[in-house]
Amino acid sequence: MTEGITMTPVIEVAQARKDAEPVQRDIVFDIQKLTASYGKEPAISDVDLEIYRNVITAVIGPSGCGKSTFIRCLNRMNDLVPGAKIDGKILYQGDDLYASGVDPVEVRRRIGMVFQKANPFPKSIYDNVAWGPRVLGMRKDLDERVEKALRGAALWDEVKDRLKKNALSLSGGQQQRLCIARAIAVEPDVLLLDEPASALDPIATSAIEELMDELKRDYTLVIVTHNMQQAARVADMTAFFSLDVDEGRRTGVLVEYDETAKIFTNPSDKRTEDYVTGRFG
Amino acid sequence: MNRDRRRRIVNRTMEAVATVAAIVAIAVLAIVVISVAKRGAGAIGWDFFTKPQALFGQPGGGIANALVGTALLVVMACAMALPVGVLTAVYLTEFAPRRLAVPIQVVIDVLAGLPTIVIGIFVYALLVIGHTQSGIAGAFALAIIMLPLVARATQEVLLLVPSTLREASLALGVRRWRTVLGVILPSSVGGILTGTVLAVARAAGETAPLLFTSSIFANSVQTDVTKALPNIPVLIFTYSEQPDPALHEQAWAAALVLMAFVLVASLAAKALLARSRRKLVG
Repeated sequence: MTEGITMTPVIEVAQARKDAEPVQRDIVFDIQKLTASYGKEPAISDVDLEIYRNVITAVIGPSGCGKSTFIRCLNRMNDLVPGAKIDGKILYQGDDLYASGVDPVEVRRRIGMVFQKANPFPKSIYDNVAWGPRVLGMRKDLDERVEKALRGAALWDEVKDRLKKNALSLSGGQQQRLCIARAIAVEPDVLLLDEPASALDPIATSAIEELMDELKRDYTLVIVTHNMQQAARVADMTAFFSLDVDEGRRTGVLVEYDETAKIFTNPSDKRTEDYVTGRFG
Repeated sequence: MNRDRRRRIVNRTMEAVATVAAIVAIAVLAIVVISVAKRGAGAIGWDFFTKPQALFGQPGGGIANALVGTALLVVMACAMALPVGVLTAVYLTEFAPRRLAVPIQVVIDVLAGLPTIVIGIFVYALLVIGHTQSGIAGAFALAIIMLPLVARATQEVLLLVPSTLREASLALGVRRWRTVLGVILPSSVGGILTGTVLAVARAAGETAPLLFTSSIFANSVQTDVTKALPNIPVLIFTYSEQPDPALHEQAWAAALVLMAFVLVASLAAKALLARSRRKLVG
């Protein structure tokens, strides 16, 4: 399993998925002409994209092309960055996420996020998962909820005997799965994962990938990854972002968006082809 | 070659000068501790801690009333300064826009540098004139001294809390205030306590504000905070002005107690901070 992660060419991984069932296209996010800027410089520009329910969508591309910026627009995490600004529209189940009167806290409540570096609270394993539901008023059957979330994150068997231990005593991979458990404990509709496995070893990475495949039955997943193998292995749809360099300005743009097998075996854009075959990036 | 030698000599000399400076600093503290201990140790005993001041002209007596009074003053000052200081720090690090945070920061720094005699006379004018000296007025003056220390210390430890923890909480759909209450403050309790302990150590020894607000007191143990409370700093001051050498010794002994308290408090603060840092970093 572990050597497969680095040895198999991307194209073969993707081809193996070709006979997968066609993607059900039930739109969750309808993103229209999205431009996101920090200060004056746009980080991504004119992104049009539809994200589908119970599907894993991967966002790939070279460093600095705005992958993280893009995914952080989807749950309004960028609101927390001073000077961040959004143009265009993101419709979430038909509603404009950035319309006036929309409460960003409520948006984040329904669209959860897992970050690049595992960031458990310095609390016990149990409290890490239970804190969100407790604060958000989901106090009923808290023990069951915590167990369900930990099972959902494929962590229960490893931690059920030490729920009161500090979460920071877990290994990196376990901490990241705990963060996933924490995110699903509040029952969001969508889970955004920003390079969730980039700091993990291959074994922990494959555990997270298997988990994602499980999670897509209940959630819509969007994953940012710099690892093409990973995108080819787990994603149903793949969006390829690249950098547009114009008069010294570097802006992230969406180059191509299609089913994963198509992106990796028969891309329509030359830039995508160069990237997935390793000629650039 | 020559240049190289010169650099080596300069380097050695500077190192030596710095080392001597460090030794001088330690020596000053050592001399103070030793001389206070030498002069005051003789008066320290069970009676010294358990008996109140002797009546005028009588031998014996202790500082029990001053110990109780100082403890009361410090506890009340803490109760006033701690919530305001912590909330100020929370506001500055978690909520304030930059253009407000900077001036508030300056104000707090100025407050920290304010001479304590100024604070004393201010509280005197505000709470003592027209009323009477009281423990409350004394505690209020001490609280003003503690406030910037607590706020500063809290701010520093709040900045140590990784921003990834804030993000983690906010990404759950938790409001900012609940994030502060449930994640940020619990992760920084150790540091806040450290700052508080240091502020207490500082306030416990402050004399100037208490001369104005809580200096005319009885020789008995006093717990009514609406009247002036006996306290250690003023006791040291008044005893040292008395002609009786026995009282001088008691003043030295009280100074020794105060110093020991500050020392223990500083060590405790250091240990607390180390523990809270470990807890955050894992």
